[in-house]
Amino acid sequence: MTQELIQLRDVTKTFTVARKAGRVRRRFEQVHAVDHISFTVAQGTMVGYIGPNGAGKSTTIKMLTGILVPTSGQVRVAGLEPSRNRVELARRIGVVFGQRTQLWWDLPLRDSFDLLRSIYRVPGARHARNMAAFTELLDLAPFLDVPVRQLSLGQRMRGELTAALLHDPDIVYLDEPTIGLDVVSKAQVRDFLTGINRERGTTVLLTTHDLSDIERLCRRILIIDLGHVIYDGDLPTIRRRFGDERTLVVDLEEAGPPIDVPGAVVDRVEGSRQWLRFHGHQLSASELVARVAERVRLVDLAVEETDIEDVVRRIYLTGRS
Amino acid sequence: MVETLAVYRRLIGARIRSQYQYRASFALFSVGQFLTTFVDFLALLVVFTHVRQLAGWSVWQVAFLYGLSGVAFSLADVFVSQVEYLPDHVKGGTFDHFLVRPRGALFQLCAEEFELRRLGKLVEGGLVLALACGRVGVHWTAARIIVTAVSAMSGAVIFGSVWVVGAACNFWLIDAREVVNSFTYGGNFLTQYPLPIYGVVLRRILAFVVPLAFVSFFPALYVLGKHDPFTSLGFVRFLSPLVAGATLVVARLAWNAGVRHYRSTGS
Repeated sequence: MTQELIQLRDVTKTFTVARKAGRVRRRFEQVHAVDHISFTVAQGTMVGYIGPNGAGKSTTIKMLTGILVPTSGQVRVAGLEPSRNRVELARRIGVVFGQRTQLWWDLPLRDSFDLLRSIYRVPGARHARNMAAFTELLDLAPFLDVPVRQLSLGQRMRGELTAALLHDPDIVYLDEPTIGLDVVSKAQVRDFLTGINRERGTTVLLTTHDLSDIERLCRRILIIDLGHVIYDGDLPTIRRRFGDERTLVVDLEEAGPPIDVPGAVVDRVEGSRQWLRFHGHQLSASELVARVAERVRLVDLAVEETDIEDVVRRIYLTGRS
Repeated sequence: MVETLAVYRRLIGARIRSQYQYRASFALFSVGQFLTTFVDFLALLVVFTHVRQLAGWSVWQVAFLYGLSGVAFSLADVFVSQVEYLPDHVKGGTFDHFLVRPRGALFQLCAEEFELRRLGKLVEGGLVLALACGRVGVHWTAARIIVTAVSAMSGAVIFGSVWVVGAACNFWLIDAREVVNSFTYGGNFLTQYPLPIYGVVLRRILAFVVPLAFVSFFPALYVLGKHDPFTSLGFVRFLSPLVAGATLVVARLAWNAGVRHYRSTGS
């Protein structure tokens, strides 16, 4: 039997925003950042929570962490009501806000962990055990004594993850944990999260713009747009339906009419550059390149994966699934 | 409580270590703070080269006010004034970090923005107070010493509360820093001089609205054995700790209301 660790029932968050109306006067409008959302997350699952900017992702996370109080509806996390039991809940959750650090900027990385240990009241033995485990898993040893401000982005993210998990939270919220990371760091972060989830049963809720994060990590994804959950299910389904479209961008020697090639459709032409949309599972990129090269002289090319925002937009346009 | 203090010490320790990395700037700022406040004191002495008394107060009696107010103010400046950085944390989103940790947000804000270099002012205030105590020519009974010490603490609480109330306003207003400054830095200046030199409106504000008159003026009446020109109620000069307690309650309420507002609007 799985336990529902996160429960949202009919949750709405409304903000009042001021809009300019005339020189001085302002008009106040109600904006529903989150609009009657309901979902549950079982203990030990990894869920991708995605959607375009302004869709309501961070508002949801802020309600789940107790930062924001919902306008209406019921939120339960680990059996607690976040907005009322903020401090109690804080011991059971970990948060990584991708763009902002929660580490002590001017001090060696090690010091941040010591400070968090006392803030979270983690017993000494447990702290030592976790530190040893994370140091090995994330290869922290080489930069534990380096001030945070001197760390590379990848090193810092590994530090952030450690900081969020040192007090053994039941749930960890990750906001763009791989943003800006190189391939090696990305892989390391993903492996670490998979391990933590498997070995400690930590529930992970992550927001990302990187579809490959979701692919490697999450069996379930929730897509939100304009404050509504518009998709809740697994990734293969969504990829099959919307996500396997890719785009081949080609620079030709000279501008010409749209290339007529089987298996792809020209989306855009700009001077000598053209965008060809094709389905990944019907046609490989190399095969398409070969077909294009038979017809025109290529100077340069690039393959673009479908952006998650495009997927979301397409799902939204096709009506809620 | 003991455990919270230990966390506080560690957080402050971390701040001091961070700032120690910028040693030169630390030293310059501390010395600068000492000097700017010392110039204030020189200005006070200059006034007394022209007059022998100010509203019936001699130079060392005013210096006592100055020192007492300085110590109270700089204690608040060292431990609480950091709350004025709240708007930066709200705008930068780091206030959310405080809210997802199992500690009070105000506690974390004060601890994480702690600046040791503000101590320069405390040193100056302490020196002037010590100097004035030696020169005011009163007999230092235990009661006088206790009232002086308690007033310094109460004054620190009053100034600190003003800072917190001001910071809490930032949850609603975009940037209320300048308004708050006029009560804190401005208040520090006002409490360096005897109350009777001000107009009636300002006097009433300082006694009843923003009760800074209890930082130095009323307790000094007792310590220096002076006649109260405003009231015959003798206990008023001992009210500072109670007034401090009341401002603390107001500050707590204002802060909580501010955080509640933040948590419902997210800005």
